[in-house]
Amino acid sequence: MSAQPSGQAAPDHVNIEIDGTPLQAPKGSMIISAADKAGIPIPRFCYHEKLAIAANCRMCLVDVEKAPKPMPACATPVMEGMKVYTRSKRALDSQRNVMEFLLVNHPLDCPICDQGGECELQDLAMGYGRSVSRFSERKRVVADEDLGPLVATEMTRCIHCTRCVRFMDDIAGTTELGGMFRGEHTEIGSYIGRSLKSELSGNIIDLCPVGALTNKVFRFRARPWELIARESIGYHDALGSNLYLHLRRGEVLRTVPRDHEDINENWLSDRDRYSHQGLTHTDRLSAPRIRRDGVWVDASWEEALKVAADGLRALVSRHGADALVALVGPGASAEEMYLLQALARGLGSANVEHRLQQLDFSDDATAPIAPGFAAPLAGYSQTPAALLIGAHPRHDAPLLGHRIRRAWKHGAQIHAINPLGFEHHFGLGQNLVGNPEQQLADLAAVAAALATLRGTAYPAEIQQWSLRSSRQMEAGWIAQTLHERAGARVLFGDHAVRHPAASALRRIARFIAVTCGASFDEMPQGANGAAAWRVGCVPHRGPGGASVRPGTALPQALSGARGLLLHAAEIEDCADGSAAAAALQKAEFVLAFAAYTSPALAAHAQVLLPIGLAPEIDGSYVNVDGRVQTLAAAAKSPGDARPGWRVLRALGAALNLPGFEFVDFAALHAVIAPLLSGGEVVAGAAAASPSPLAEGEGLIVQQYRPIYRVDAVLRRSPALQSTVIGEDGSLRLHPEDALALGIGQGGEVSWGGRRYSCTASAEVPRGVCRVATGFAANVALPVTGQRIVLEQVRHG
Amino acid sequence: MKARHHQAVPVAVDPTQLLSADSRAQLDAWIAKYPADRKRSAVLAGLRIAQKQNQGSLSDELIAAVAAYLAIPATQAYEVATFYSLFHIGPCGRHKVSVCTNISCWLNGGEQLLEHVEHKLGIHAGESTPDGRIHLIQEEECLAGCVRAPMMWVDGEYHEHLTTAKVDAILDGLK
Repeated sequence: MSAQPSGQAAPDHVNIEIDGTPLQAPKGSMIISAADKAGIPIPRFCYHEKLAIAANCRMCLVDVEKAPKPMPACATPVMEGMKVYTRSKRALDSQRNVMEFLLVNHPLDCPICDQGGECELQDLAMGYGRSVSRFSERKRVVADEDLGPLVATEMTRCIHCTRCVRFMDDIAGTTELGGMFRGEHTEIGSYIGRSLKSELSGNIIDLCPVGALTNKVFRFRARPWELIARESIGYHDALGSNLYLHLRRGEVLRTVPRDHEDINENWLSDRDRYSHQGLTHTDRLSAPRIRRDGVWVDASWEEALKVAADGLRALVSRHGADALVALVGPGASAEEMYLLQALARGLGSANVEHRLQQLDFSDDATAPIAPGFAAPLAGYSQTPAALLIGAHPRHDAPLLGHRIRRAWKHGAQIHAINPLGFEHHFGLGQNLVGNPEQQLADLAAVAAALATLRGTAYPAEIQQWSLRSSRQMEAGWIAQTLHERAGARVLFGDHAVRHPAASALRRIARFIAVTCGASFDEMPQGANGAAAWRVGCVPHRGPGGASVRPGTALPQALSGARGLLLHAAEIEDCADGSAAAAALQKAEFVLAFAAYTSPALAAHAQVLLPIGLAPEIDGSYVNVDGRVQTLAAAAKSPGDARPGWRVLRALGAALNLPGFEFVDFAALHAVIAPLLSGGEVVAGAAAASPSPLAEGEGLIVQQYRPIYRVDAVLRRSPALQSTVIGEDGSLRLHPEDALALGIGQGGEVSWGGRRYSCTASAEVPRGVCRVATGFAANVALPVTGQRIVLEQVRHG
Repeated sequence: MKARHHQAVPVAVDPTQLLSADSRAQLDAWIAKYPADRKRSAVLAGLRIAQKQNQGSLSDELIAAVAAYLAIPATQAYEVATFYSLFHIGPCGRHKVSVCTNISCWLNGGEQLLEHVEHKLGIHAGESTPDGRIHLIQEEECLAGCVRAPMMWVDGEYHEHLTTAKVDAILDGLK
């Protein structure tokens, strides 16, 4: 190119011209991205701005001045003075010819194809193809593979753009798909025909420009033009991924991502994509139910609310208000959480809790107003280093995992101190796996080494724990990374929050973050844990962090409970399921605001009030960044189910409690909106941390929440449950412990008179028994840090 | 050819179990030729060694073992193994035979020769005889013996200026 520089290009930018429009583009960027920014259409199949460039579909051929042949716009870097023509005869001819080749083997089955109406090939064939096919030979047929319960395949339709291959390799990190065979025999597939195991696999459906990969759950259920898209967010982790619900007559038929660069980019986890199946589970309650003479009967709302109000009044007058414990699932909306605590506190009870998974509450007094990330979530993509404490980001918050993987690909050093040897999709520098006590000791050793490097003093607590670590050298390496790399992140993950001495672990983690200037990022519980803290769903603080008469922390509160107020909370949501089950059993009055019935509720509740789930109600959510997202109701609730805030309002009014005078959502939201951001708390003094391990014989229990068991909706989503990473609830032991127990690779064991299936797994450290929570069958098992003595029942 | 008879490949294969000590030693020599972080470059050598160890064919499991040994995803080793026509996946005949049908051979009757071979052996290109004696490789591009067309490739050796009688003699000579 001999063109003279013209105009004033910004530094690192060059001047180009596309279809006569002068543009500036960053050096080294491709023609297609400059054209996209300027809104100049160039057809493409294989190019995707978030994926590596392949340039194998050739659809984006454009005419570049002085180039001897048409150039692919996706793989041709811009140059100073370059003139590009996207609509010249040469460009259009090339595009039409490429389209003809693409259609040689593509079946003309649009009428029975799920992609019909939203197909990139269909659209571009309309715009760039011939109206008549000149091809009269046989088309090839490709045998389908079963990629599992989420993604349907029709590989005859595949045009080999390899977007799915690049996604699985680059973004998902599982490399489960590839281009097999060659030439005319090329097939995209897994070759061995195994189901996808990635937690992000659904994204290949959106990426596929044709109908080769489609949504299996949505298959043949509707045409895209019959659907109405409503904005919503994911409610299974605290990222608050943006998405669209696609509805027909109020029923959610599928979910697709909604771009939000700072949260989910243009991706969506399988959890958020497929959980809508759970909305229509047969367990859904569609009418209020009351127990009359020991038998469940459907009731009108008036009657049910009266029974509920009378029951609560009677309970409070008989046992005192503190015998009432209110538990709310951390995925409920901020408005519901606010009203629930107002109801409980209005009745005089101080026992309100959303942290159903937490075991140690001893640093409540020193906690900030709400947990969350100190630096933005989006920053994880560029972080130079990260220390993961009790975190399995892939499964805890899949799109956070994706960001960490991206940072790692760009050279970040990632270290982990974890209870189990998780299968990460990024490389770890140091991976210190240990039981709860070892985690504390190893983290303290990191803190001590870091303080030494920085020449600062460290508290006696760190010294005491640090001495117990047997991995001083590894800890030293972690400290070295944190010391050298400014702008690191300390992720206090889901397992750290649920550690039996979480308060000590948190203090040490904070010390590390402060010492090296890293961001301290604590995962809130559930989708809305940050909001729960802010609206006062903790026993020691009221709305906005106001000081209130403190209630009792969870295990003690439950042991003294005579009445339970459950809001979107099931026994399986509680870490200490046996305490919750015992409380349910001995409670005189149990009132449940619930979307689903369950055997436990059916056996012990007195009143069941059906409420809507997140996609069906107006509600506000606060994500890890403290970002408040208020959603409008999208889907229809079944039968007589009502939004939780309406039910709570009606009950509060029936009880003549203050604060329930509002009439619509806007008025309610106006009350709580100021609570959801800002605010300060007066820190008190922390109590001593409990011991992380119980003394005695047996294996140490380590609870684990499988990715698709974390809330009531997921537990009732059949497609997710039948994936490879959907679990069956069996116990897992280190292979040598399994051998010692006499079960080899797997078998059956017994504990406390019950039988459990049990398998050997190398991810479990020696002396530990991994217990999957979120299963009714596992509710009775001890919590993390307790001991369990298993007995062999059957081998193999 | 499409291998649809997949064995159940375990999630994690143990390359030290599946690859013999000798194979691993050969592979190590290849790995040493490349930079330490480019072990994947030895994938072709690895597959060739594994195929030799397994008497001339690869299994899904063996390909996965090579991948595991080179620390690459199994999928990428499958891509390579299925791409090249001299990697044979699944059980196949002892002797590998390929009849050239590219331009020079085609002009000199290569296509009729292939038909003759297929008829004689009762199999199509890409298949093996039921007795496990001969594997007829799927049709390939030019085998580079144009000057003496038509030609045929048998276990790495060229047989040229062929006639049906010559072909019969050659094939009958394979034990």
